[in-house]
Amino acid sequence: MATPSLLLLVADGRFPAGAHAHSGGLEAAVAAGRVTDLASLEAFLAGRLATAGLVGAAFAAAAHRAAVPGITDADEAAGSAGVAESAGSARRPDALARSAARSRTLAQLDVELDARTAAPTLRTVSRRQGRALLRAGRAIWPDAPFGDLPASPGGAHQPLVLGLLCAAAGLSRLDTATVAAYGTVTGAASAGVRLLGLDPYQVQALLVGLADACDGTAAEAARAADDPPERLPAAAAPLADIHAEIHATWEVRLFAS
Amino acid sequence: MRPETVVPSATPVDPTTPPPTAPPHDETVPHTHPEPGVDPHPPLARAGRALRVGIGGPVGSGKTALVAALCRAFADELRLGVVTNDIYTTEDADFLRRAGVLDPARIRAVETGCCPHTAIRDDIGANLDAVDELAEAVGPLDLVLVESGGDNLTATFSRGLVDRQIFVVDVAGGDKVPRKGGPGVTAADLLVINKTDLASMVGADLAVMDRDARARRGDLPTLFLSIVGDPTASRVADWIRHELAHHAALHPLAVPVGPA
Amino acid sequence: MRALARLVARADGRGGTVLVELHGETPLLLRQTPTDGGVATVHLVGGAAGPLAGDDLRLEIEVGPGAAVRVHTVAASIALPGRPGAVSRMAVSAVVHAGATLHWLPEQLVAAAGCAHLAESRVAVAAGASLRWRDELICGRYGEAPGGAVVHTQVDYGGRPLLRQSLAVGPRAPGWAGPAVLGGASATGSLLVVDPSRPAEPATVDGTVARLPLAGGPATLWTATAPDAHTLRAHLTG
Ligand SMILES: Nc1nc2c(ncn2[C@@H]2O[C@H](COP(=O)(O)OP(=O)(O)OP(=O)(O)O)[C@@H](O)[C@H]2O)c(=O)[nH]1
Ligand SMILES: [Mg+2]
Repeated sequence: MATPSLLLLVADGRFPAGAHAHSGGLEAAVAAGRVTDLASLEAFLAGRLATAGLVGAAFAAAAHRAAVPGITDADEAAGSAGVAESAGSARRPDALARSAARSRTLAQLDVELDARTAAPTLRTVSRRQGRALLRAGRAIWPDAPFGDLPASPGGAHQPLVLGLLCAAAGLSRLDTATVAAYGTVTGAASAGVRLLGLDPYQVQALLVGLADACDGTAAEAARAADDPPERLPAAAAPLADIHAEIHATWEVRLFAS
Repeated sequence: MRPETVVPSATPVDPTTPPPTAPPHDETVPHTHPEPGVDPHPPLARAGRALRVGIGGPVGSGKTALVAALCRAFADELRLGVVTNDIYTTEDADFLRRAGVLDPARIRAVETGCCPHTAIRDDIGANLDAVDELAEAVGPLDLVLVESGGDNLTATFSRGLVDRQIFVVDVAGGDKVPRKGGPGVTAADLLVINKTDLASMVGADLAVMDRDARARRGDLPTLFLSIVGDPTASRVADWIRHELAHHAALHPLAVPVGPA
Repeated sequence: MRALARLVARADGRGGTVLVELHGETPLLLRQTPTDGGVATVHLVGGAAGPLAGDDLRLEIEVGPGAAVRVHTVAASIALPGRPGAVSRMAVSAVVHAGATLHWLPEQLVAAAGCAHLAESRVAVAAGASLRWRDELICGRYGEAPGGAVVHTQVDYGGRPLLRQSLAVGPRAPGWAGPAVLGGASATGSLLVVDPSRPAEPATVDGTVARLPLAGGPATLWTATAPDAHTLRAHLTG
């Protein structure tokens, strides 16, 4: 059973998954003069949450769903989440079949997320972050079925890894979506503190103001995860693509993305 | 502490005599080995995985210069890879590529998002990825040097990332640096006090630095170095050779290899 | 108002294209215009103002193996408010068979104040077929804040997902005008070019226009924001 502590642990910015090196597009937005102060940072975070945040959370929730088949949040609250079945030598035939089904779903989610990520730089970043998260997940939950992730060159997309990792931690689907949505805003917010020298108390207050939106996004993402992969949210942000490709050309930058 | 890491060549210099500056570099001698064609070092045992050595220290103390020197020292001896962590840019990696001391394919740069110490200590995945990518790109390695971004005296490497760490300070920072301590100075497996050639110019007293380093570090070794005078950082290279032998004993190859 | 229009093109076997089906209903009327070098050209003629909230408009396009079709609209469409609580919808679905070419190059969609509009495109492109697909959205008429509009584009290439994107603007799309999405630009759009004969080109950015090679096939997406429709069009000529 998941405990509140596990939710906090996975969502913590100190969870070693490489997040500190990414600004979520903020560095380029700052350089373009589009984010200069608290108000524009807030607008940035709101837009990012509604686009990349929603898509990432929905794919994390869908990957979680693949890892925990047939278990809804309600069931989970009452019982256990059998996510470690790929471990051990005696794999039963139904475990093999589940693993195969999971691999198929995850592979489908992988190409669907590619199709939602028009900017090649953002695809690379997502896979790179997926790899970093996978390294942490494998070390911490060695029995989780990470082996069912597609062997895409560059690694699996971050939300897919996050979904499996949260399932391994025993988190619910909604918790998983919350971790994902929360990460998209807090990562960029802390980059804002570093890039703009903003008052950290004011930035936290801004995050408090966004908490309802973050929870709402997570709830929407968790619901969407019941849809087939092609119907998952595809919220786009032209400037996210444009910023990412500009940023990739810089010789001097503080953040990896 | 790990007393087994102390090697004779790394014994701190006698504080009563000024630390030796390296002999003037003789340009007529090929710089990889004192005697052409003769490798003075017995072949090293190969380990099951590369020894990873972190090189940390404040901004400008000579970390990249030391990495370059070690590349020269090990050019014909070890399968070497280098990972750099800049605060921004890929300056250090670019310098090494330009310096021509190592095949550019053997150099990887990690971006650290304003937090170079985080990337080497708290959240080491990107560096571990870089180490893995090096092995994927160029095959098995004997030694990987991981240079940290220039940081402060508190930045040290995680044991999950490196097997050994070298902390580089320089005399130009003032002879107070070893006295100030901090985890880099007190706990690094090897402390290198670089740019001894500048000591007289900046009024740094090497004997004071040596005394303070001993006081801070107990049995852990300290080396004085001038990369200007010793472009292969020979005593640091010797220390690494010793650590490599130790590492090979701890991590034997799974299967014996034929002639390399 | 509900309307269905349908366009089916076949190769005529002599290097040309014939339209074997071409019919519509008000306000979705299709007119064939003079053929241009083997490419059948069709204009969508808006029969009434709108779409108005409550309208449900569907256009189906099928381009048979080896055929080539180009579709334009005669004027921008302006999504307007209608019955309270109602949504207007324009759904275009297209199937492009092997060796066929479809160019969908309509005029802009303008999201007027108070509108509630969904523009949906679903395109299935067979492996080896070609496509140019342009979507342009103008957020509000001059000096006006837009109502709610969603432009959803879903393209498969050779049965594999190529592009999925939904751009949402208006009061119910948080942050849409802000620095993460449109940065205050009132015009935005994209041009998808699927061309199996063209080698993939690396991503480039020039101001607020990016050329993005896609992962799922021999395709490039041009995506742009601009201060006005005219500038946007200049960005999206591929
Ligand atoms: N005189 C002298 N200069 C040295 C020595 N070692 C390095 N330098 C010079 O010191 C400067 C900084 O050296 P780097 O190797 O770039 O220092 P670093 O620690 O890598 O610096 P960051 O990566 O920026 O933190 C360069 O100009 C070097 O040439 C030395 O032993 N003597
Ligand atoms: Mg350096």
